[in-house]
Amino acid sequence: MRKRVLQISQKVTALHIAGAFSCLEIVDTIYFGLMRRDAGGQSPDTFILSKGHGSMAQYAVLEELGVMAREDMETYSQPAGRYATHPDYGLPGIEASTGSLGHGLSLAVGMALADNIQKQDRVIYVVLSDGELEEGSVWEVMLIAPSLGIKNIVAVADLNDFQSLGQTSKILPNFYPMLDKVRAFGWESVEVDGHSQQAVYDAIKSRSGQKPMMVLGRTIKGKGVSYMENVPIWHYRSPNPQEYQQALAELDKASP
Amino acid sequence: MRDTFSRTLYQVAKADPKICIVVADISPAGSMAQYRQEFPERFVNVGVAEQAMIGLCAGMAMRGMKPFAYTIATFTIYRPFEMVRVDLCYQDLPVTVVGIGAGVGYSVLGGTHHAMEDVAVMGAIPNMAILAPCDPLEVEAATWHCAKHDGPIYLRMGKAGEPTLTANAPEPFQFGKARLIKPGGGTCILSYGVITKMAVDLAAKIENEQGGQVAVYSVHTVKPLDREGIARILGAYDRVIVLEEHVPVGGLGPQAKALAWESGARCKLHAFSLQHEFIHFYGGHADLLKAHGLHPDLIYPKIFA
Repeated sequence: MRKRVLQISQKVTALHIAGAFSCLEIVDTIYFGLMRRDAGGQSPDTFILSKGHGSMAQYAVLEELGVMAREDMETYSQPAGRYATHPDYGLPGIEASTGSLGHGLSLAVGMALADNIQKQDRVIYVVLSDGELEEGSVWEVMLIAPSLGIKNIVAVADLNDFQSLGQTSKILPNFYPMLDKVRAFGWESVEVDGHSQQAVYDAIKSRSGQKPMMVLGRTIKGKGVSYMENVPIWHYRSPNPQEYQQALAELDKASP
Repeated sequence: MRDTFSRTLYQVAKADPKICIVVADISPAGSMAQYRQEFPERFVNVGVAEQAMIGLCAGMAMRGMKPFAYTIATFTIYRPFEMVRVDLCYQDLPVTVVGIGAGVGYSVLGGTHHAMEDVAVMGAIPNMAILAPCDPLEVEAATWHCAKHDGPIYLRMGKAGEPTLTANAPEPFQFGKARLIKPGGGTCILSYGVITKMAVDLAAKIENEQGGQVAVYSVHTVKPLDREGIARILGAYDRVIVLEEHVPVGGLGPQAKALAWESGARCKLHAFSLQHEFIHFYGGHADLLKAHGLHPDLIYPKIFA
């Protein structure tokens, strides 16, 4: 899937490729490992990419699932296309408009409340970024969700320790450790290697179901391509043809 | 208006299990107790967290519910502005954003509690509709409308003690239509919300001084504005007066002027509003309005100089 994201990267400039690579295993695990599906492919569960700038990770998965058409992927962010840099509510596979950080978790809590009222058994998965956890709106709802007795939310924070202007732990030295903060707000939480699908899967599968859960996934921004890893400029840039070939070669070497 | 709203919401919630209310630690009084007793799951207090209030409403609407977000106007629309814009309007969800004490109704609480740019700010967002009932009877009709409105809507309300103005209105409440609430000819006044009471008082003053009958319209649906109806009014009266409790930018006055130009109206058109400045003056609601020139005795000589 990283290769697919790279292919698309050759057509457009604004891609947030590194942020997509850091959450790819998390998104993939949720869609393929955790969300329930009936024979027709319909899921009662919901996926919200609250870090909307990681959309390419979601689009690659949706294409694989057959939810997003190949031509939609090929026309990504182009005048003929429908799917843009940030996910748009109402398009096949997209359950919330995100891109502005700090919205997805509140939407999820509203959905969970409605599911309780309407007696629906649904799990809502939300993927957030570490930069996003700096938004005050996230902490409003972190406090509210367990207080309202919400249990059917599983959030995964993609902690790649990078944001637009640099390293999160340097910009806000008090950001980490995060685990105690999340737990102090009444959430079940565990920290795992966010690139290990098994670790993410096991962490979520073992949740108690008595509280909302937030898994903290330690990740590497730009994971899989050496010159992108932990280099902030790749928050925005797309690789040039030469960089593209190098990235493909590295990914081929890692998984031929 | 608050009590009428809560009474009506109870009726609406009884009729439709999709109705719910999310408040940010401010609650309408009256029969809300009955509502909470009968529909405890459909009353949510998120605490003093307005961004979450709007986000939760959006999430509930995405699951097919019809939420009302409720607190003081400044906190339902200004504090969580981007949630209103993105979660509700961009996604075009059926959520009613209730703003209590809109305008300068929270007079002595000062500028932090005055929503005097609300129509301009909410009106600028695509998909957002605005309803500003003029009396408790219109609050009732407006609340029923909001419960079936297909999209986001801002319900601009007063607080308490507003008189009934529309008991004998010649026209019924109809969403999207300027409503004649007092018949007349030659001169008419267009207004919306709580200050419509002053429009009625101004009409009486003009009748006393000049004779004749002055018509008053409740332009409760400020957006989408009844452009046809207002163009017709601008053509049918010699003198049209707009009175609004709002800054002079982005409200009904500028829109009426634009419509008058577009429709080639020949009437005299006067627009009265709050001044375009914050109010650092304390007193009752009427005192604040008067400080900004809004009182029949101050308006009258400006019309008939």
